[in-house]
Amino acid sequence: MANQSYVRTEMLGEKPPPSSQVGIFKWVMENLFSSIPNIIMSVLSIWAVYYVLSGFMPWFFQSSWDATSLSGCREHIAQKYGEGVEGACWAVIRERWPQLVFGFYPRELYWRPVAALILLFVAISPILFTSVPRKILLFSMVYPFLGFFLLWGGSIWLPLSAMAGFVIGYFALGMLPKMIGSLGATIAAGVLPIIYWLLISGPVISGLNSIAPIGIESIDSDQMGGFMLSITIGVTGIALSLPIGVLLALGRQSPLLIVKTICVTFIEFIRGVPLITLLFVASVLLNYFLPPGTNFDLVLRVMIMVTFFAAAYMAEVIRGGLAALPKGQYEAADALGLDYWKATRLIIMPQALKISIPNIVSNFIGLFKDTTLVSIVGLLDPMGLSRAILADQNWNGIVWELYAFIAILFWVFTFGMSRYSMYLERKLKTSH
Amino acid sequence: MNEEINREIDRSQMQVSDEVAIQITGMNKWYGAFHVLKDINLTVNRGERIVVCGPSGSGKSTLIRCINRLEVHQEGSIIVDGTELSSDLKNIDKIRSEVGMCFQHFNLFPHLTILENCTLAPIWVRNVPKKEAEETAMHFLEKVKIPEQADKYPGQLSGGQQQRVAIARSLCMKPRIMLFDEPTSALDPEMISEVLDTMIELAEEGMTMICVTHEMGFARKVANRVIFMDAGQIVEENEPEQFFTNPQSERTQLFLSQILGH
Ligand SMILES: Nc1ncnc2c1ncn2[C@@H]1O[C@H](COP(=O)(O)OP(=O)(O)OP(=O)(O)O)[C@@H](O)[C@H]1O
Ligand SMILES: [Mg+2]
Repeated sequence: MANQSYVRTEMLGEKPPPSSQVGIFKWVMENLFSSIPNIIMSVLSIWAVYYVLSGFMPWFFQSSWDATSLSGCREHIAQKYGEGVEGACWAVIRERWPQLVFGFYPRELYWRPVAALILLFVAISPILFTSVPRKILLFSMVYPFLGFFLLWGGSIWLPLSAMAGFVIGYFALGMLPKMIGSLGATIAAGVLPIIYWLLISGPVISGLNSIAPIGIESIDSDQMGGFMLSITIGVTGIALSLPIGVLLALGRQSPLLIVKTICVTFIEFIRGVPLITLLFVASVLLNYFLPPGTNFDLVLRVMIMVTFFAAAYMAEVIRGGLAALPKGQYEAADALGLDYWKATRLIIMPQALKISIPNIVSNFIGLFKDTTLVSIVGLLDPMGLSRAILADQNWNGIVWELYAFIAILFWVFTFGMSRYSMYLERKLKTSH
Repeated sequence: MNEEINREIDRSQMQVSDEVAIQITGMNKWYGAFHVLKDINLTVNRGERIVVCGPSGSGKSTLIRCINRLEVHQEGSIIVDGTELSSDLKNIDKIRSEVGMCFQHFNLFPHLTILENCTLAPIWVRNVPKKEAEETAMHFLEKVKIPEQADKYPGQLSGGQQQRVAIARSLCMKPRIMLFDEPTSALDPEMISEVLDTMIELAEEGMTMICVTHEMGFARKVANRVIFMDAGQIVEENEPEQFFTNPQSERTQLFLSQILGH
């Protein structure tokens, strides 16, 4: 009988993994036609794609770009592609795209929203990508005021003075703890800026305006519109809803009863009400709640409501992330002596946010698309404008072209967001 | 228990001073109506190494978690390093930064590298400059024999390596007392000894330690006292030799026969 025992005398070295087989034909066979169900599915899918495209492509391409009315388009298409051909009338986009993008913003000032958009990308770049120099974060902090100034114009002292309030809060937080303790400093950092904004900044601004009236042409909110408005409302909502949502989610878990009650009430109330209702509140009712005499711009009011709405949803998304964290993470942070805020900031939130990225981003996307609802309270976002264009005698009867254009614009942005979220998830993946 | 510790233990450093590190008197704790710890009295001197064992659910974890106030006791007093544990947040944070703790499931921070795990608390709690914190961290990572893993993430390490990182992370705070809650019971047998080795080294340097563990080999060689708990009470407390060869109470005998008997 042969000896059954075996002892390896030499340990094996490492070999490179086998290189994968390439070649289109092989790939197609393996991925599309590897089995009968697979073949059936592939054939059906290819047919479905063909069916859709064969209807859509001729309409898309046998189109007219230059005409001044729908009937002009029809004539043009009939001439070019023969009688009875149904084609798209892209001429409407060609004629009206500035309006769809900028609303009634003065034509000679288009550079301002364009600059605001470009600078927006600069401002968010250090937040989106860690490889961008950290110094740009300073610009990111200034951007909200700069963006506001570029879009709305007016006196430069208004945004500067608003910024000064934050600077006051920042210094209160940095210098006062030594004198009045950290709790006192935190409260002061909240209260001092508000006192400044409410009482001091008004006279200061008018004073400065009379001494040095520096500013650029002021734009009224009714002149804003189009895609620019969607981006403005969407970006504000996105940028503010995340931090507010984080605070609400933390407040909801707080052992402090009052804080908790306020947060729960806010979240449940806002979430339980349709956005449209909130927008109506913004357009009609909000003025009753504000101190008399303040006449808040409708766009700003709508922005506040959209932000609240998004923040309430965001709070719940983040609460889900918090709940998914194992208790051991809190305990390890506590055991190392980290206090609540440090543990939250360094250990808990980074992980909770990371878990929630897909949900956060789909909320952002939802919020961005929901900005089209503002047309209901009379703001001229692309949907509102398209209604105005449809009412125009020349273009009466056009539907698809406008909506397709708007859809593509929105899609570009939301697709960008969803790609970025996938990139971020991949980047933050720290385990195999 | 089946894993023997092969090295010679140097007991010369492991002297116990007269100074009291932890004093627990008349401590009681309830979870709702459930009386989980009953009249606990325990004094631990500086440099002492205590092993706590007992059946599952007897309250071992709860006891050591009370010492750094991860759990709140309702009656009696716990004095750690001269500071009494009360609801005063300042005291709690002070004690927590003096008392290191290792958990059964390591509880490393998965979003931070090994090095960042180790430097986080020194930087944010002790305000140590980053560079210095990193040097300390590398020192302790070398001590637990995984300096080469410093830039990896916890998810990329084996269980034994993770637990050693967890020990290093606690040590970076330069604690005067270390608490271990079953540090090896989530590990495969071959990783247990690497973690125990690290703990023995700590003991040899005179660290005050309280370990909840069922590693009886470890208890025999390192502990000055073994405490046996059952149903929320300290049932027996003795030197390891005496404890293992001549257990007094019936419960202890039963427990020892169960864990050593096969
Ligand atoms: N948060 C809690 N709420 C209520 N009861 C709890 C809680 N934590 C633990 N207990 C109960 O308290 C008792 C003691 O738990 P503890 O975790 O201290 O036991 P243990 O001795 O460490 O057990 P093991 O060896 O399984 O870890 C158990 O009966 C457990 O069910
Ligand atoms: Mg336990």
